[in-house]
Amino acid sequence: MVDPISPVLEVSGIHKQFPGVKALADAGLRLYPGEVHTLMGQNGAGKSTLIKVLTGVYQPDGGSILLSGRPIAPRSTQEAQALGISTVYQEVNLCPNLSVAENIFIGRYPRRFGMVDWRAMRRQAAALLQRLRIEIDVAKPLAHYPLAIQQMVAIARALHGQSRVLILDEPTSSLDEAEVQTLFGVLRRLREEGMAILFVTHFLEQTYAISDRITVMRNGEREGEYPCSELSRLALVNKMIGAPADTHEQGATAQASGEHERGEIFLRAQGIARKGVLAPVDLELHRGELLGLAGLLGSGRTEAARLLFGADKADGGAIEVEGRMAAFVNPRDAIARGIGFCSEDRKHEGAILPLSVRENLILALQARQGIWRAIPLKRQQQLATDYVKWLGIKTAGIETPIGALSGGNQQKVLLARWLATEPGLLILDEPTRGIDVRAKQDIMEYVTALCRKGMSILFISSELPEVLRVSDRMVVMRDRKACGEYRRGELDETSVLHVIAGDGA
Amino acid sequence: MNAPMTPTVDKPAESAPLRTVLLQHPLLRPVGALLVLLALDALLVPGFFRLEIKDGHLYGAPVDILNRAAPLMLAALGMTLVIATRGIDISVGAVVALSGTVAAMLIGGTMVVHDGVPEYVANTPMATALAAALGVALLCGLWNGVLVAGIKLQPIVATLILMVAGRGLAQLLTDGQIVTVYYQPYFFLGSGYLLGLPFSLYVVAAVFIATMLLMKKTALGLFIQAVGINPVAARLAGLRTASLIMFVYVFCSACAGLAGLLVTSNIKSADANNAGLLLELDAILAVTLGGTSLAGGKFSLVGSMIGALIIQTLTWTIYSLGVPPEVNMVVKSLVVFVVCISQSSELRQLLKRKSA
Repeated sequence: MVDPISPVLEVSGIHKQFPGVKALADAGLRLYPGEVHTLMGQNGAGKSTLIKVLTGVYQPDGGSILLSGRPIAPRSTQEAQALGISTVYQEVNLCPNLSVAENIFIGRYPRRFGMVDWRAMRRQAAALLQRLRIEIDVAKPLAHYPLAIQQMVAIARALHGQSRVLILDEPTSSLDEAEVQTLFGVLRRLREEGMAILFVTHFLEQTYAISDRITVMRNGEREGEYPCSELSRLALVNKMIGAPADTHEQGATAQASGEHERGEIFLRAQGIARKGVLAPVDLELHRGELLGLAGLLGSGRTEAARLLFGADKADGGAIEVEGRMAAFVNPRDAIARGIGFCSEDRKHEGAILPLSVRENLILALQARQGIWRAIPLKRQQQLATDYVKWLGIKTAGIETPIGALSGGNQQKVLLARWLATEPGLLILDEPTRGIDVRAKQDIMEYVTALCRKGMSILFISSELPEVLRVSDRMVVMRDRKACGEYRRGELDETSVLHVIAGDGA
Repeated sequence: MNAPMTPTVDKPAESAPLRTVLLQHPLLRPVGALLVLLALDALLVPGFFRLEIKDGHLYGAPVDILNRAAPLMLAALGMTLVIATRGIDISVGAVVALSGTVAAMLIGGTMVVHDGVPEYVANTPMATALAAALGVALLCGLWNGVLVAGIKLQPIVATLILMVAGRGLAQLLTDGQIVTVYYQPYFFLGSGYLLGLPFSLYVVAAVFIATMLLMKKTALGLFIQAVGINPVAARLAGLRTASLIMFVYVFCSACAGLAGLLVTSNIKSADANNAGLLLELDAILAVTLGGTSLAGGKFSLVGSMIGALIIQTLTWTIYSLGVPPEVNMVVKSLVVFVVCISQSSELRQLLKRKSA
């Protein structure tokens, strides 16, 4: 390991208080040159706040940051970047309609005779990407390239001559497996060059695939720092949730043993399709059944779900709900027939940020009741208080803006939004993406319990073990088609991977 | 979003001390600005707050300001909802001119001599004329709504069309001439008194209360905010986003139409060239002064009313202090600048950082 060398970044005793919330209490971190260091913790553990302190977005209330032994106190992201701390955020903050080169040099275009030197800009952009072994036409608009490439562009933009520390805040949450591998290739190369890389993720697999060391945070504190090779997965999860050794596995077995009788058919879709998006797909959902929809990103999972919910209009096929034909032109129609849909894109398609937990929670129910039959405030408060309690939502109160909650808790509020409508079918599109282990467990346990009470659930997830664990039946999708349907226990992870990959099973 | 927040205390908002609630109240600044203006008036204009009753009517500067502010208050009410949906309606002034013109032309007035007593008679029954004027306004709103919600034009472009066309149509109807109204009962709307107070104030109060009730007692307020903040999420939650957007434009035009009636009734004529000219800008300003963000979402109807009063008080003050009319605009913009700056959270943070 790298211990004889001194850390390039040493953070200790950081405190940060927000109104009513203690975000960081004695947080710390050591980052050595030439390592990939993963920062792990549940949602709300303080990872993002710590990173925002490092990058100058927030100023800490106490503690010290040493960069190469010198104390620093960045007051803005620009200042942090000038000091050599480069950051790529969770959401790609680039302009899709500008060219790749423009995105890399935005705000600092190379100039010549007072004019933008486009040629130099393209040349330098290409050179920067070359360093990451990416060869693309930098004159094309960014939106032309897949998300993974956009992510690389964001990294290229963050890196410059003096960069010594690269911080990646959940860079993989919207990438598929192959794209993650490309990203990791880039990270390894940067590591060889002596870059200190701080990597924030929720994915255990990825942590073990790339990290040299792991720092675990819990409740705003540094729980500990461990060499990756000396920390088992189970131990890591335990340190994150601060629970005794085997809760995670217990939860899993409890769900796995939940084989139960399914009821009559709730929804039957025959040949639903949308040109260029989804080839005709048949789906059947019984009451009390949890149907898993597996497949890679872009395989048609989300697209199928959106058609079932009327979020997009199907241009072929038929849907029957409880034996009666249904034509869904918009989500209202589907909601009226007892369907709920939790989108995978929490921020853009779910949460209404400045509105309170209560308002977000009752929105779908109120929408179904219509404008005139307002839910009395007392009843709204009751609903919100109940769901906050049942789902263990961590919030200062029901009138707190949902934006002040951590991702996992926002997700729980959105889940509650649909549960409040008491749907017959709930579609959950990646309900556990980007949220921590404990919240994941809470959500899945709650959902399977509801399922047992007769709700049918369509569950979409990229995490195969999760789908296998909870589904009564599973449909595997590939290339915008359904390519197989399996009952519980028919497949294990490896054979599903074969189906997904399309090499026979 | 991954804001790491661990709530330390489970403290409901109600238990915050009254002082903090007041200091953090969004209406603090607009109310403060209005009070400062009124205090200035009290100092500079002798007898500003003196109210007298003449012929059973309440007279005085504050009443005058309120009366003159009536059309702006109506326009600001409508504009608030439009802005809450992240939209904007710059056709308000044109709708004022159009509805006023329609009403004035339909009512007009002819002198008839009855038993030797001259008497003015409306060309069309007043109820019909008012309904027609408001109907035209509703159509205007529908037009805007279809362009914005249906064809998905950008609101500023969509309403720009009517801003030009509406006034143009009004001028066509009147041949560019001022249409004078001679029918006495019509004047009651804009310059009559009821129980000692100008009738126009009752109109504003009625619309304001109705709107407040609509927002608070139905789910409309929540829906409008949701659509304004995140239209995609709102649609997925089952809201009729298009109808909601349609509604706010129709509502805004209806308010403008009503304002048009007040204006023509007050000046006893319809001037298609000048009635309601740039009223939309004052309305937008009133909404902004009232603390509603142009980015949509949370809105305050009370704030917009106060914003309208700030603008009208300012205008009144400038005139009554004898400031030359040519300086009026500059002074007005300065005051607006100060109020807006004082509402900027960016600036507040900057100052806080400096003083820290």
